[in-house]
Amino acid sequence: MDDIDRSLLSLLEEDCSTPLHDLAVMLGCSDEEVEKRKKQLEEDGIIRRYSAVINWEQVDKGAVYAIIELKVAPERDYGYDRIAARISRFSNVRNLRLRTGTHDLQLLVKGKSMQEIARFVSEQIAPMERIRETATHIIMKTYKENGVLYVEREDGQRLPFSF
Amino acid sequence: MLSVKTDNACHSRSDQRKRDFVSERAKVIPPSGIRRFFDLAGQMEDVISLGVGEPDYSTPWHICDAAITSIEQGHTAYTSNTGMESLRRELARFLRDRYQVEYNPMSEMIITTGVSEGLDIVIRAVTNPGDEVLVIDPSYVSYAPCVTMAGGTPVPVPCTEKNRFRLTADVLMEHITPQSKVLILNFPNNPTGGVMRREDLEAIADVAIDHDLLILSDEVYAELTYEGHHTATASIEGLWDRTITLSGFSKAFAMTGWRLGYLCAPPDITAATLKIHQYVMLSAPTMSQYAALEALKNGEDAMREMVREYHLRRNLFVDGLNRIGLSCHTPEGAFYAFPSVKGTGLTDYEFAERLITEAGVAVVPGSVFGNSGIGHVRCSYAVSRQELTEAIRRMDEFIRSLP
Repeated sequence: MDDIDRSLLSLLEEDCSTPLHDLAVMLGCSDEEVEKRKKQLEEDGIIRRYSAVINWEQVDKGAVYAIIELKVAPERDYGYDRIAARISRFSNVRNLRLRTGTHDLQLLVKGKSMQEIARFVSEQIAPMERIRETATHIIMKTYKENGVLYVEREDGQRLPFSF
Repeated sequence: MLSVKTDNACHSRSDQRKRDFVSERAKVIPPSGIRRFFDLAGQMEDVISLGVGEPDYSTPWHICDAAITSIEQGHTAYTSNTGMESLRRELARFLRDRYQVEYNPMSEMIITTGVSEGLDIVIRAVTNPGDEVLVIDPSYVSYAPCVTMAGGTPVPVPCTEKNRFRLTADVLMEHITPQSKVLILNFPNNPTGGVMRREDLEAIADVAIDHDLLILSDEVYAELTYEGHHTATASIEGLWDRTITLSGFSKAFAMTGWRLGYLCAPPDITAATLKIHQYVMLSAPTMSQYAALEALKNGEDAMREMVREYHLRRNLFVDGLNRIGLSCHTPEGAFYAFPSVKGTGLTDYEFAERLITEAGVAVVPGSVFGNSGIGHVRCSYAVSRQELTEAIRRMDEFIRSLP
């Protein structure tokens, strides 16, 4: 992992559709080298996948996202890992994190409706062994996601010419 | 004279003035060379402007927030003439850490309203009528007019593409006369992107010492150095006590609109310049000083990030220019490319004018920056990568359309 790898990663994170040749020119190396580095980063699992940042709120008007916080009793030898692995298998769980604070695990869940989220929490998550408490927070509006602004912002204007 | 109808008769224009009130000095300084390009750009839609001399970023938010907080706390009065002591102290640390130059924040530093003000007042502080001021050419448009207004005579010293837009000792020597007093340097250079490395500056130092010249070094693009690290003129052996360092926050921290710069010089020159600063400016804007303090304390990460991005854009853009046949030296600093347009058979003015009207890309003709800029155009790559790619595409199409 050197500076070129790091720069390559930020470029891809920002826009993974940047043509390979442009990446090479910007990084000051050959197309082949960029290709090789990219492969290596994929093989090492540093690049997990290439995806788009999509504002689904604009597409699925009815879709509901919720943050669900869980208090969990950790297991001897495994801590939170086994229960987290179990929860992460649900495909509607978009993010799952262990965190500090009042709760232990935090999930981001996508559902078609409030009812679907409610059912998921009460029927699938809450009854699980070792789950002590749940708190569900419905997301009302997203302003920024993965560093990308979702709300229109008026940018400052520059003069067309200045010295 | 035209009679102009106004609503208020008290303010109607009259033709009772007998004298021409405009001073000879104001008359001799040239008007801006790109006025008509402004008008052209105003008439067109969908213009990609590579004519801008400022970052495309907004000021990092934590810096803006510091200024807002200062206003909320009621820090809206003048500061000390030389600027806030906390800012000067932080600046002294910054200059020592980053460029290995020592300036006493109490007696060798003035916070100015942009580099522009620093430039003006220090030129006035050191120029007598008849003094010759050597000005690198091409260079930023203000140097020569400021010298003229101070009663001095600007003498252009060419920094050509052949020398990678650097100033060489030989060329400098050719322009020195007994009247030579000051040398104005600006590296990384606007408009060429040229950079003077340590050894280049050392060669100039010998000449400056031999001929007892004062060096005015505008280093506002210092942080935007892509190959290696910026060398401050004052850090060269023997130059500290004959160098005035001018710089500011505009370029590195994306703070052009805050109008904040600084001037560092030996105490006698600082004291003389301070007198002029006191009378013409009093002090630099207070809220901007709070913003600058935050920039120096906590702005380095955001600045690095912007510099890294300019570096990538430079590679992308210069490669594109050379690919479409506009030969371009690789600029090692600032955010300008300065390709030659001689191969197109057009003058730089014709090229720039036709490029904006026929292809919707705005660039600045190189001759605006002096005679050594003839045949080149200045393209700023402080625009998004998408725009740069599109600009290259349009320029390519335009060049192909030429006979």
